[in-house]
Amino acid sequence: MSNAPADLRYTKSHEWLRSLADGTVEIGITDHAQHTLGDLVFVEVPQAGRKVQAGEACAVVESVKAAADVYAPLAGEITAGNERLATQPETVNAQPYGAGWLMRLRPAPGALEAAQLLSPADYEKVLAAEES
Amino acid sequence: MAFIPHTAADVAAMLAAIGVERIEDLFDEIPPKLRVKSLSGVPEALNEMEIGRLMSARARADGTALSFIGAGAYEHHIPAAVWAITTRGEFYSAYTPYQAEASQGTLQLLYEFQTMIARLAGMEVANASLYDGGSASAEAALMAVRAHRRSKSARILVPTTLHPHYRQVAVATASNQGLKFEELPYCTAEGVIPAASLGRYEGEDITALVIQQPNFFGRLEDVDALTDWAHAHGVLVIAVVNPTSLALLKPPGEWGARGADIAVGEGQPLGVPLSGGGPYFGFMTTRMEYVRQMPGRIVGRTLDAAGREGFTLTLQAREQHIRRAKATSNICTNQGLLVTAATIYLSLMGPQGLARTAAASHARTRELTAALTRVPGVRPVFTGPCFHEVVLQLDRPVAPVLEALSERGIVGGLELSRYYPELGHAVLVCATETKTSGDIERYRSTLAEVLQPARAGRAARTAREVRNA
Repeated sequence: MSNAPADLRYTKSHEWLRSLADGTVEIGITDHAQHTLGDLVFVEVPQAGRKVQAGEACAVVESVKAAADVYAPLAGEITAGNERLATQPETVNAQPYGAGWLMRLRPAPGALEAAQLLSPADYEKVLAAEES
Repeated sequence: MAFIPHTAADVAAMLAAIGVERIEDLFDEIPPKLRVKSLSGVPEALNEMEIGRLMSARARADGTALSFIGAGAYEHHIPAAVWAITTRGEFYSAYTPYQAEASQGTLQLLYEFQTMIARLAGMEVANASLYDGGSASAEAALMAVRAHRRSKSARILVPTTLHPHYRQVAVATASNQGLKFEELPYCTAEGVIPAASLGRYEGEDITALVIQQPNFFGRLEDVDALTDWAHAHGVLVIAVVNPTSLALLKPPGEWGARGADIAVGEGQPLGVPLSGGGPYFGFMTTRMEYVRQMPGRIVGRTLDAAGREGFTLTLQAREQHIRRAKATSNICTNQGLLVTAATIYLSLMGPQGLARTAAASHARTRELTAALTRVPGVRPVFTGPCFHEVVLQLDRPVAPVLEALSERGIVGGLELSRYYPELGHAVLVCATETKTSGDIERYRSTLAEVLQPARAGRAARTAREVRNA
């Protein structure tokens, strides 16, 4: 049984997005993603000011058994990387939807509308399809 | 059990399964003009006895000349115990094992190698080796581009005082991956990179600066000034160093205010014989901050479930079997046997033994320089300190002189005109602790004799002309 909060949107590659009051979006990896990776030992987050394209690899999460890229779900400019993860990567395992966020991004004009994001229900379907 | 991966029946079954008639059909997509039908120029196979005879004959042709050539590969005394231990069955493999943790002895040895190399370089972490000094330099450039979080240019400043082969290997390895290597000219009076010459890059996006110490000419670069300039301008520093020299010289980890970011080099001087050009091994060290960008394998020390000390491959998520296309490099094995020899060499020599080797090499090179520059027509090219190599200028083309020396059993050095035509009749010579004062005197007197006939000939002609007048 997975855990996909109702107030977030998702991608097929297991990232989540939260719209913040200042117009930026917060991005992290889902509970399913952190569970599949296992205990994280290293997280590399992008630096503020970097411009990214939709689908561009911009962060790395590394566990004891695997390393995976995290892709920007939409185009824009990074406004913050979660520096806490440099010393406490396990935060992503403990609180994937909270303190374990990876980066914040200011969407390029129209990028949010153009992005192919999933509702919690649709993301659950993706997970169900992957498991079957 | 016979190790036959697939029988004719297996092959037929596999082809049938994928609907292909012949194995050749799998290569359809390679255009015919790119295919090689037969290997012309490759001789017929030889049996073991024949190849043994051929190789013995080749080895005899090489002879056992008195060698004063360095240029990246150095003749040092190797204690007999080094290869006696290295070739024991327990160690005798070129590979890090596939089930690495089953071979605790091999892993412990690699761990000790990493520790020794990291301490020698004054750096925080070393990997378990790379192929050679040239490929290590190329890997260091690629690593610097990955590690630099702000630089986007992938521009690498490469002094022409870096070994010409290393420069070629770096360009061949990395330029198709978007790296741009830009050559820094040296000062023709001193044979080093003037730190002031870096001023023209002020304000530009440069990813890394390579500094070889001692440089290809044997000269000592002003590593502190070069390193500090680089760091003040957001440029990473790649040190290319001779491991023997580190017993005496300031290690790259202490260059300038912050130390080099990556230090690599050719490991051959540490117990590996010259043996016709290889195999050698490369080493690489860096700061912990950049360890995840380092290529190659890394052995770590840990505790097992029962609390006993053990060794294990670590940080494998950088490597290709996990990270696949985005791995830090495709290096999965290394020059394990040569690393074994180097570790045993270093443990036998100890810090003092290595320092004495380095000091003796330096002293012999000074003695050689003094002796050879007494020969009329020979002068040093650069002023300033050197380690164990020096560039000399002759009053005539170098190649015939080296040939005449070779006929007299002396390998006199490397002719530089192929790499540095601007230096004229220049030759790079080297002496290590293996050369005695007698050897140096033999080189001096033979060189004097070789250079003499032309002078004598000129003198005789002049006398004849005087008589005929």
